[in-house]
Amino acid sequence: MSTLLSTLITGLSLGAIYSLMAIALILVWRSTRVVNFAQAGQAVFSTYIGLEIHRMTGSYWLAILLSIIVGGVLGGLIDLALVRPLLRRAGSGPEAAVAPVIATLGLLAVLQGVVGMFWGGELIKFPSAFSTAGLSIGGGKIPFSAFDLFTVGASLAVMLAFSFIFQRTGLGLSMRAAAFSPEVAQLAGVRTGRVRTIGWSFAGAAGGLAGVLITPTTFLAPNSLDLLLVFGFTAAVVGGLESMIGGALGGLALGFGLAFVLQYAGSSYTFMTAFVVLLAVLLLRPQGLIGKRGGRRV
Amino acid sequence: MLRIDSLTTDHGQVRAVDRVSFRAEVGSCTAVIGANGAGKSSLLRTLSGLVKATSGSASWGDVDLLKLPTSEIVRHGVAHVPEGRSVIAELSVEENLNLGALWRGKDPDVAITKSEVLDLFPRLGERLKQGADSLSGGERQMLAIGRALMARPKLLLLDEPSLGLAPIVIEQIFHTIDTMRKATGLTVVLVEQNAMSALGIANHAIVLSLGKIVASGEANAIAADDSLRHAYLGY
Repeated sequence: MSTLLSTLITGLSLGAIYSLMAIALILVWRSTRVVNFAQAGQAVFSTYIGLEIHRMTGSYWLAILLSIIVGGVLGGLIDLALVRPLLRRAGSGPEAAVAPVIATLGLLAVLQGVVGMFWGGELIKFPSAFSTAGLSIGGGKIPFSAFDLFTVGASLAVMLAFSFIFQRTGLGLSMRAAAFSPEVAQLAGVRTGRVRTIGWSFAGAAGGLAGVLITPTTFLAPNSLDLLLVFGFTAAVVGGLESMIGGALGGLALGFGLAFVLQYAGSSYTFMTAFVVLLAVLLLRPQGLIGKRGGRRV
Repeated sequence: MLRIDSLTTDHGQVRAVDRVSFRAEVGSCTAVIGANGAGKSSLLRTLSGLVKATSGSASWGDVDLLKLPTSEIVRHGVAHVPEGRSVIAELSVEENLNLGALWRGKDPDVAITKSEVLDLFPRLGERLKQGADSLSGGERQMLAIGRALMARPKLLLLDEPSLGLAPIVIEQIFHTIDTMRKATGLTVVLVEQNAMSALGIANHAIVLSLGKIVASGEANAIAADDSLRHAYLGY
């Protein structure tokens, strides 16, 4: 019983982080139609910045805050400096669909290289503000650590904040309009370029948070978040790539699934499982498990 | 006044708009008619900055329309309703309307504009919370026009509002456009293949063929010209 409970809790905690990563990828996909492979590099970069802040100030809170901010700023800069000029040059031809994706792959390598240059390639332990050991309640230990609680809480808070912004604010409305129909949005006065940059920025911030949340339970190295990218992408595809809620649910589903694989088959199977899930969804239900049939109208 | 001089727009190798010049007085309705592919839509898309002009000039008052990006043109009082009931299906009816006034920010008059738009199209008021994808074709066209009006434009560019709609709905929409223009002094440029309906509410008309103006004048004179009708309007 306690094994099952512990597996479920691991799943919830992992799922929350995958959801964040999925949402980061979905935000960029919706605003730019680009799968942002550089997201893993961005998150690794902002996590190293967080680590450095922690070393300098000793404050975990400052570290996590700075990681989120650096993630957001970096995301916005990537759109401004890389994606925007690329899209302008590529126009609307077939290059426009491919060029930015290749560019994000290249950027992933650049970011990991830069991080390696400054911090070296060895595995670093990343601090946590909370104990990663199980909480004790009424004398008994439960397999739910204070850090798990923080992870789930922080992810939930970010998702609720995004959902509020998207559903209830003018900025959110213009972001959705720009994603679904850039032309109509522009005619209505939405500055779609600016809105896209904000989307990249939000995505970078969510990825930054995912990075600092997953690292305390593993370790930090220049390519340590590659798996998170794969899992986040799988979660996003499971959720249909278009909806934030889909991404969040996809992340949770994948988190629970992988927690069971982790528990009963071992960690060497998680990567393979994620790929099998990804392939199965793409082959059998490319619109995602909760996506509408027929996908998006274009 | 809308002033267009020798406006030329290319679509790749094709000259879509060829040295078009005309004026539209404030408060007037100008019908732009012609067959499919005559360059009517390209003309409007050039005016709202969706496609770049090759040469010529176009200005609304003292605003140079060819210099501004699309998102800024609406801030200068020019709203464009593109062809094909251009609503955003993924948003609700109300969100589509609100979108049109987002750039006005916290302007307290937005609520007044919204109630005016809902007075014009009461059907939209009954469906505010529904998804725009649940609307009929006519309602979608009303919503597209309503969204443009939310910007409180001075110049309205309408692209084929009758496309694919039932005659009774077309009549209703044209009637609304006509009453609204007369009541508010709105300037309208109405692109239509449905020449008869368009000429019915227009003061002036220009006839386009292969991007060029082949005739222009008072709307009723154009309507009465049989040879013109046979040659370019196909009825």
